[in-house]
Amino acid sequence: MRDFITILNPVLPSQSHHSSALLCNRPTPRDKPQTAFTGPPWQLQRPPGRVVKAAPPDHHPQAHQGRSAPVADKVPQEDGEGKGPQLERYVRDDIACGFEECQLCADFPGFKPVLPKRGYTLHTKFAAKEGHWLVIDTNVVLHQMDLLSALPLALPIIIPSTTIRETRHRSLPLHNRLQQLVQDEERKVWVWWNEESRDTATFQEEREEGKEGPNDRNDRAIRKTLQYYSEHLLSSAARPPQLVLLTDDKRNRELAHADGMLAVSTRDYVDGLDPKEREKLVDLVVGGVDEIEPGERRGRRLYDEYLPMDVLTAGVKTGRLYQGHFNASQYNYLEGTVRVPSLDKPVLLVGRQAMNRSVDGDVVLFEVVDGLIRAEALKDDDVEDDEGTGVDDKEKQKLAEEKMDVEDETKRKPKDVQPTGRVVGVIKRNWRAYVCHLDRSSLSAAALTSLSQQTVFATPLSRTLPRIRLRTRQAPQLIDQKILVTIDSWSPNSKYPDGHFVRALGKVESKEAEQESLLLEYEVPYRPFGRAILDCLPKEGETWKVPPKSADSLEWRDREDLRDLIVCSIDPPNCQDIDDALHARPLPNGNIEAGVHIADVSHFVHPANPMDSEAASRGTTVYLVDKRIDMLPHLLGTSLCSLRPYVERLAFSVIWELTPDGEIVKERFVKSVISSNEAFTYEAAQVRKDNKSLNDPLTNSIRLLNSLAIKLKEGRMRAGALSLSSPELKIHLDSAESAEPIDVEQKELRETNSLVEEFMLLANISVARKIQEVFPATAVLRRHAAPPKTNFEALNDLLVKRKGLELDVSSNGALARSLDACVDPERPEFNTLVRIMATRCMLSAEYFCSGSVSKEAYGHYGLASPIYTHFTSPIRRYADVLAHRQLAAAINYTSLHPSLQSKAHVDRILNNVNKRNRLAQMAGRASVEFYVGLALKSRNGGKTRADAFVIRTFRNGLAVFVSSLGLEGLITFSKDTHTFDPENYSIAIPSPKGDVAVAVFDKVVVEITVEKDANTQRGKVKMVLVEPVSSVGL
Amino acid sequence: MSSSRLEILNDGGLRHDARRPYELRSTSFSLGTHPTADGSSTVTQGLTSVSVTVFGPREPKQRAGVTHDRASIVVEVGVALWAGTGAQRRTRGDKRLMEVGAAIRQTFEPVIMTQLYPRSEIFINVQVISADGGILPSSINATTLALIDAGISLLDYVTSVSIGLHLTQPLLDLSAPEENDLPTLVVASLPGSGKITLAQMETRLHVDRFEEMLLLGVEAG
Repeated sequence: MRDFITILNPVLPSQSHHSSALLCNRPTPRDKPQTAFTGPPWQLQRPPGRVVKAAPPDHHPQAHQGRSAPVADKVPQEDGEGKGPQLERYVRDDIACGFEECQLCADFPGFKPVLPKRGYTLHTKFAAKEGHWLVIDTNVVLHQMDLLSALPLALPIIIPSTTIRETRHRSLPLHNRLQQLVQDEERKVWVWWNEESRDTATFQEEREEGKEGPNDRNDRAIRKTLQYYSEHLLSSAARPPQLVLLTDDKRNRELAHADGMLAVSTRDYVDGLDPKEREKLVDLVVGGVDEIEPGERRGRRLYDEYLPMDVLTAGVKTGRLYQGHFNASQYNYLEGTVRVPSLDKPVLLVGRQAMNRSVDGDVVLFEVVDGLIRAEALKDDDVEDDEGTGVDDKEKQKLAEEKMDVEDETKRKPKDVQPTGRVVGVIKRNWRAYVCHLDRSSLSAAALTSLSQQTVFATPLSRTLPRIRLRTRQAPQLIDQKILVTIDSWSPNSKYPDGHFVRALGKVESKEAEQESLLLEYEVPYRPFGRAILDCLPKEGETWKVPPKSADSLEWRDREDLRDLIVCSIDPPNCQDIDDALHARPLPNGNIEAGVHIADVSHFVHPANPMDSEAASRGTTVYLVDKRIDMLPHLLGTSLCSLRPYVERLAFSVIWELTPDGEIVKERFVKSVISSNEAFTYEAAQVRKDNKSLNDPLTNSIRLLNSLAIKLKEGRMRAGALSLSSPELKIHLDSAESAEPIDVEQKELRETNSLVEEFMLLANISVARKIQEVFPATAVLRRHAAPPKTNFEALNDLLVKRKGLELDVSSNGALARSLDACVDPERPEFNTLVRIMATRCMLSAEYFCSGSVSKEAYGHYGLASPIYTHFTSPIRRYADVLAHRQLAAAINYTSLHPSLQSKAHVDRILNNVNKRNRLAQMAGRASVEFYVGLALKSRNGGKTRADAFVIRTFRNGLAVFVSSLGLEGLITFSKDTHTFDPENYSIAIPSPKGDVAVAVFDKVVVEITVEKDANTQRGKVKMVLVEPVSSVGL
Repeated sequence: MSSSRLEILNDGGLRHDARRPYELRSTSFSLGTHPTADGSSTVTQGLTSVSVTVFGPREPKQRAGVTHDRASIVVEVGVALWAGTGAQRRTRGDKRLMEVGAAIRQTFEPVIMTQLYPRSEIFINVQVISADGGILPSSINATTLALIDAGISLLDYVTSVSIGLHLTQPLLDLSAPEENDLPTLVVASLPGSGKITLAQMETRLHVDRFEEMLLLGVEAG
């Protein structure tokens, strides 16, 4: 047998420094500073009390970079309780400390001079001249994240990797926020990889009383970081800053004190801050040590405890329990529904007990209970006295009034009874920050002036949420403000969830506060673009131009020169982000060449750079009445990509050869350079087209386009496309400064609107076909599923009973025809109303990845197209950017970025885009609503009379739709003098002349006023019936 | 810690075991570990340990295995029961192991100068003693050493490494948790000539990345 030898990596002879490492078969003294080119130190570090399965010391083969990083020992780590595979872990000597003066770490990979020489000094307790740095533990991150992100920018913070790792296991959203904090370049936050560093790596200790628990171990690891830093800093600075451990764990603090370290609780730390900072931060501190333990809380149990997790999972497996998203009702705050795929009807949860602390959006587990549980028992005791607040009777009454009895309709026939359920567990809380008002009724008169900490209630803007209890010291200042509040917990002993104040948004009904609250409420990311994102823009900025044509220019590679084409764009007035332009010209063979030119956004937005990821997370540009929140930086959206007239721009063109009847003969896709001849508004284009005296090529091409568009539309209608209706309003703002309203009118539709729409549809369909053909698994498409027939049942019942009409919902074509037939000769608006109501029965369209849906389900119901995508607005929709990239790859212009070949990745992005789209629409609508409210207020003394249609009847009221304002409102009758006929959807209302029946589809006149809710400060539209009978006093 | 929660590459550019992307695990090679074999070696890469014994060239045990003009190569792969490959026990006839064996045979067929040993057999026995990812590359490295130890003529020695891809970042020498989560490429190359004798991949990957990984793998070898 030969000698036991150790062979060193026999390869890479070029790397000469390895030869020195060859002999390095001996342990290196530990205190010797490890620089990048010494051999690896093989000193085994064993966790005490355990045999380490370690390799014999030898050379560490170095790959690739030729830089022999001082990787150190490996330590097998046991997984869990000694079972399962061992994990290997190495400890390193090249972890950088981030101190700007450090001489030891400056050469280590990833070193950045983040931590300043002089720490934070504006603190009464830690007022040493050299200042202090903070080290935070996991609980601080988990519970005080809002505080952390509000701490002064100049305060240096060290986050040990133990904290990051633990946060990641506990809560992903918080982990993401922590990442944001770390990446914020303005802050001095440094991550110390303590588990990876040799000096601070920590092992579980065997103790007399048994193994050290994981929490104790983590705490010790964090303390070790402090210890290391204070020693390490001494080597490069004579008077390094103090290190302060921020933790709410009392035991951890005691242990730290025992080791001579500084440790402080969050509450004490914030209390000691400079008064100005303290004022800002004091309300952000959550609970902390002084809080009474949940078990000690006074008061009786109001809710059932959730069942233990194993019972829940077993229940789901046996089918006794169901899981679903909790949707709180918009009409009734004590009611919610959960939709479960295995049950054909959504399950009703009625009353606080049944809802059992679920908040809108939570994933809950519930059991189905037979029979209807009514909320009678709980309805009246709205706020308990022992919680320090009382709601006066008036408010209670009002709340009761507001509750529209939506159940009534379903209770009518036994077969319609919805199953009811009771929540027994919550799988996932989807709590976020909510925009709220302080509830005035929860403040005593004394509280209005007192600055002491007190418990108050905040009413969320959204009706679907419960009130939130919070403790604050600044109640008097917050009374007229919109504030942001998050929910922290909801114990079974408390009727309302506990939360904490995040920040104030501004005065109620001030534009800024309303706007910001809207954006927050609909989760629209509205932060300005960061530096990393702006760095992705072309350096020339505004002066960027298409370079002159040359063979070796990057911009001109494989691009077609279409600058001579007569191209124009048609958009709404004041449109700045012009993403499409059109052209048409007759061909010698009698056919017509038509082209759609779309801004070439993918030329500027490259895959996987910061700008791209930001755009992907924003998903869409959000249009509010007075503001636009861009998806892409301003420079791109309104300048470089925008197909402005008279300048050369890069475009992605779809060019067809069409017969005069609109049949496609040929289609091609090409990257191009165009120069638009004119930017029209819809109106200007219409005027130009209709002006018979003009006969220039531009006008003729508009006419040509228009004639084709008419043909295309006919074809589409024949195929069964629906023309649906939803009220679109236009808000006139008086002037930019005052922005005082304002008038509202409905948008007018012209022929040219339809022209642009038809060509965009055609382009989208052509592109969809192409990318689906080339990338069958990952093409970005858009579909609109056919609505289930049951969705129309209610509407059809209404139509049959009230009008003797019926919708044929067997196919989209049949529906389109029967919608056309739904006319009331006396009332032309009736048809529009039916269309609006039919639209509400449909499903919404969504983006999807072609590989995750079967081919039969690709269809677009509304457009009657078998395949569809979005391609034409890449400036404002992210899905279009993806479609651009895929099309560019499909025509071999570029190769497809790998991320776009992964189905999972595309699915993930599109899910986000779908969500953002939905929220953006809702935000847009809410913004219009806000302005409609302002407009109503300013109109003749705040009272407006308008025609309205009854769209729904309730036991105690009516829902009406005011088409001129696009406004839906409720009329409630609190006195029980009317008679409700649920079979015929009508209510008989008493009047001096006898009962007058009002039924669905009847035209009525309502008086609209805007009144301020005393508690919530929320402007609320109130409607009163004026004709045929006045409902005042009912 | 479940593997789905494992962070492959953290923000500090460190892998779950605190290596950087291009760093290999601590590796030890020993030769002549088996006294009765013609050649033997044990290769340990991290917690993966593979012992290879080579017998031959010798008279083929089975007549069918005889080729008149060159030596035939027979590879047998076994995994120790305690090796920690998870719940499933790998027995001798296991398909996965046969595949590893076939990969090793194919890797070495062009490298061993088989024409020098006609009508004989070279028997390679691979025993995985502990497994923590990268069984195939470790086996190939160990086989090279065992063949050298046995004094069998080789054109060049063969080195092998596994390469994974996390987003756009290639990682070298994957451990078991990484191997579960990432597309993995195993490259065996001849460092003398720069030729590649094996490139094996079981997952789909983008072509552009493949080239990058392959080059890296060759260099790392």
